[in-house]
Amino acid sequence: MIDAIAQQPMLAALFALVSLGIVFGGLLGFAAEKFKLKGDPIIEQIDNLLPQTQCGQCGFPGCRPYAQSIADGDAINKCPPGGQATINAIANLLDVPAPALDEEHGEEEEIKTIAYIREDECIGCTKCIQACPVDAILGAAKLMHTVIVSECTGCDLCVEPCPVDCIDMLPVIQGIVQWHWPSPASNIDLIATSKMPRREDAA
Amino acid sequence: MAFKQISSPHGHNPQNTGWIMQLVLLSTVPGFLALSYQFGWGSFINLIVAVVTSLTAETAILACRNRPIAFYLKDYSAVVTAVLLALALPPLVPWWVVVVGSLFSIVIAKQLYGGLGYNPFNPAMVGYVVLLISFPIEMTTWITPLSLLPDGVSHPGLWESMSIVFAGSAPVDGVTGATPLDIFKHSSGLVVDQIYQNEALFSQASFAGVGWEWVNVGFLIGGLILLKTGVFTWHGPLAMLGTLALMSILFWDGGSSESPGSPIMHLFSGASMMGAFFILTDPVSSAVSNRGRLIYGALIGLLVYVIRAWGNYPDAIAFAVLLANFAAPFIDNYTLPRTYGHTDRRKATEKQEEK
Amino acid sequence: MSRIWEIPGGVHPPENKQQSMTRSIGHLPLPATLVIPLHQHIGAPAKVAVTVGQTVLKGQKLTDASNLNNLPVHASSSGTVIAIDDKPVAHPSGLNALCVTIATDGKDQWIEHAGISDFRQCDPHNLLQMITEAGIAGMGGAGFPAAIKLSPSNDKPVDTFIINATECEPYITADDAAMQEKTQDLIQGIEIVGHILNNPSRVLVGIENNKPQAIVALRSHIKERSIEVVSFPTKYPSGGEKQLIYILTGREVPSGGLPSDLGMVCLNIGTLIAIKRAIIDGEPLISRITTVTGEACGVNRNYDVLIGTPISHLLAHNEFDERNCSRLIMGGPMMGFSLTSTEVPVVKTTNCILASSYSEIPSDLPAQACIRCGLCAEVCPASLLPQQLFWYAQAKDQERLEAHNLFDCIECGACSYVCPSNIPLVQHYRSSKGEIRKANIDKIDSDNARQRFEFRKLRLEQADEQRQVKREARRLATEQARATNSTVQSGSSAADIIAAAQQRAMTKQSTPEQQKAKFERALLAAQSRLEEAENRLTEATAHGTAEQQARCSASLESARQKVDQTQNRLKELSD
Repeated sequence: MIDAIAQQPMLAALFALVSLGIVFGGLLGFAAEKFKLKGDPIIEQIDNLLPQTQCGQCGFPGCRPYAQSIADGDAINKCPPGGQATINAIANLLDVPAPALDEEHGEEEEIKTIAYIREDECIGCTKCIQACPVDAILGAAKLMHTVIVSECTGCDLCVEPCPVDCIDMLPVIQGIVQWHWPSPASNIDLIATSKMPRREDAA
Repeated sequence: MAFKQISSPHGHNPQNTGWIMQLVLLSTVPGFLALSYQFGWGSFINLIVAVVTSLTAETAILACRNRPIAFYLKDYSAVVTAVLLALALPPLVPWWVVVVGSLFSIVIAKQLYGGLGYNPFNPAMVGYVVLLISFPIEMTTWITPLSLLPDGVSHPGLWESMSIVFAGSAPVDGVTGATPLDIFKHSSGLVVDQIYQNEALFSQASFAGVGWEWVNVGFLIGGLILLKTGVFTWHGPLAMLGTLALMSILFWDGGSSESPGSPIMHLFSGASMMGAFFILTDPVSSAVSNRGRLIYGALIGLLVYVIRAWGNYPDAIAFAVLLANFAAPFIDNYTLPRTYGHTDRRKATEKQEEK
Repeated sequence: MSRIWEIPGGVHPPENKQQSMTRSIGHLPLPATLVIPLHQHIGAPAKVAVTVGQTVLKGQKLTDASNLNNLPVHASSSGTVIAIDDKPVAHPSGLNALCVTIATDGKDQWIEHAGISDFRQCDPHNLLQMITEAGIAGMGGAGFPAAIKLSPSNDKPVDTFIINATECEPYITADDAAMQEKTQDLIQGIEIVGHILNNPSRVLVGIENNKPQAIVALRSHIKERSIEVVSFPTKYPSGGEKQLIYILTGREVPSGGLPSDLGMVCLNIGTLIAIKRAIIDGEPLISRITTVTGEACGVNRNYDVLIGTPISHLLAHNEFDERNCSRLIMGGPMMGFSLTSTEVPVVKTTNCILASSYSEIPSDLPAQACIRCGLCAEVCPASLLPQQLFWYAQAKDQERLEAHNLFDCIECGACSYVCPSNIPLVQHYRSSKGEIRKANIDKIDSDNARQRFEFRKLRLEQADEQRQVKREARRLATEQARATNSTVQSGSSAADIIAAAQQRAMTKQSTPEQQKAKFERALLAAQSRLEEAENRLTEATAHGTAEQQARCSASLESARQKVDQTQNRLKELSD
């Protein structure tokens, strides 16, 4: 047997490689089955990271279609409401480099805004109600409409259809309850701006 | 009147990073004195060359990176790296070896990773290993300790040393010689007793190896000072020395021809003490928790012994430390302390606490 | 003597307590205005119960509390409500909040009030109600309503009652002074709480050994009772509730849990004295002992201050040197927060006003790089790894932060205090905690939005579908109708169909005479049309094209048929 193999090194090598391939292939297959990641499919996970404003600024009718599109290989930087944080999170999830926000789709807003209807001016046309992707506007035809503040995502899709321009996007008020300490300024800035602040500065 | 909005705590204890680094520098003095006494002016010249090169390199890189230079130089970290590298190098090594090592330490191993606090590997040891691999002859030429010099021969004076270092003139015969670890590496046929009788390095030694024992004692004293002042905890050094001692006891082998040497010899030869107290205690590249530092130290002790006993190099602190640097994040993952109010320690990469 | 356990970590900052202990607790003149924030506790705010211009008496409720969660606030002195608006309050943000401003009338006239002489005869439930009505919130710092602490919701019976007399923060001596000067009130407070808690088996007073006079005062008063005074070595932060519980009992409050999970209740000195006043004297919480200290103040001492007194009033009576003041801190130097205005009023949790000089607390130095020296981990009382938390806080890695137990950080400040690189670690943690909390809220919001969006989509789709279904049904119906018609009339010509339709129409209408007349009229018309068609055909055969001829012959044919039909019908009718 060994002699035979020695005389046919080519066959021996082939045999060895094929059998190794079979063994390791089997192992990998087994491992893939045994340690299969049980979890949300990738679309779910991306959708979870998107801000769910349903604003359509990415060019898709809602967050989930965009998640679907990302899963199919679309760029991940088309979501202005989520901003850089969302881009980073998706990049982290998909293990790709995080690009900057694509300004074509809009700019990242510092402060979250919410729609308010100037109720005196509302004519009750229901156009905003039809435009709202999350059913956050309450009202009926010929009757005054109002925004349910807690449900508004600030997508501003209702502003444009309003025939009398009575919808304002107003910043959310940051009260004491919402306040939290900001991150400390970077030390480079500190050194650059204040060379050892002393009593003169404080006065 | 408007006051500034500042987060608590208000007030601070007096020590700062520059002060800690200065303390480390001061603590190297006993070791440095022992080195200089035993091996002449070489270490002093190394020190000067390394410090000047490192500070120049640090300044240049900080300028390139647009960082406030004076502010970062004041943390003394570049000086510490330079001093540790200089003390690890053989005395009277050519000046360009020191320069290359210092540049590599500061520019590649430290600043390219983001500067102080961001380097995954101990910069001094990266520089040392680069030199050891690139210039093996220069790096393994050690000076004969003072008391073993042949009659009529003495260590070169300051001026002569400088001409050796900077101009490349050859030192007098008999001034260079083997280290204790070299001897054990290269005399495999002899039993330990024979080595001890044949080699003056051992027969004239007080307890471990002429010259080297006192250098190690010097670093031990410096290390104990640092331990006392709380610059580092005992976990790393003790684990490292303990493992090294344990391994050398286990494989002592009664002093046969296969024996890699006695525990005392291992603890007080080469860079053992310097490694234990000044190299592996570098907090940036070591494990972070106390338990992690125990494992980290033990790993270094083990690797040092393995490489010394069965590897190609007589000493192995630098290799062992770098290998352990690789393992540090992994060690950290499993050695988080148990937090107040939790029944078990958690893993650093854990997503949801297991109840 | 009870056994004590040592907490890990801790620091020993300079105590600086002696300055404010040289004199006894003082009183200040009545301030011209009192600014009383409506929300001084953890929990929901209460509703305003006064109006601008209304005269109020000392101790009168300014807000209505409906349950244990929202505590009322009271007028600290008599006078007139001159404003109910947003004013700067004691909060690290420096933001404004709703306050009632009272112009004092100088009479300091009490509202009618009465206490209970024998609380032991009283139902604990009623006593808790009184404590809530008196607006008592934890006076150590967090401002947790005392009545909630005293009525743990879980079934675990309270077997250990701990009195937190630690006061481990430097500078603060309010509790120390209270223990020495109001010992009797304190003991009564402890007894009342003991009664409410159904006499727990252990009552422990935890006190650091840097307050020997207070220890003596307490021990001399409680010799005969079952209250144990446990003193232990001074170390910051022994006074953290969780830390104190460990020191005294060796047990740890589970992460995210409360002392009541261990069957324990922990109250501080100020709270107990307030409880005594509320029950025995019937007085609500309208004043507290506050330390005024720091080198920027000429006088350092404790005061019994009315809640709502502006800090500026306190400082004005203590030789405050504004130019020498580096920071104005409410609370101690380790955990207190800096005030941005001196108009902020004293609230229920104000245990200290520290006006430090520049030599005392210099400005923070710029942060250097973290070298992960681990000094922070050595001093962390919660056994966290502050250097790793800092690392992940910078990277905004919320998952890792939570894995490193960020939320078990008590923000004691020991790590920042020892950090050789002057890194504002605690601020990093506070900011990260805030961001994680916000992210969690955002997550809930976005899940909610997704749900609504998907529901809306579903609704629209269903509406669409229904419309589709209806349309389909209509289409099917017409098709079916057409199909039935065609099966009935298959084989017959169009003329037959028309005839059938006319017949149907005829059968519906009129009498035979009318029909006869109609047919005759139709016959005449058909005959005239026939003639006309014949004429046109002859004309077309003479001059027209082949097409015209064909059309004319066709119309001639149909006219002839019509005449035949009409004649037939007439015949049928006459038959």
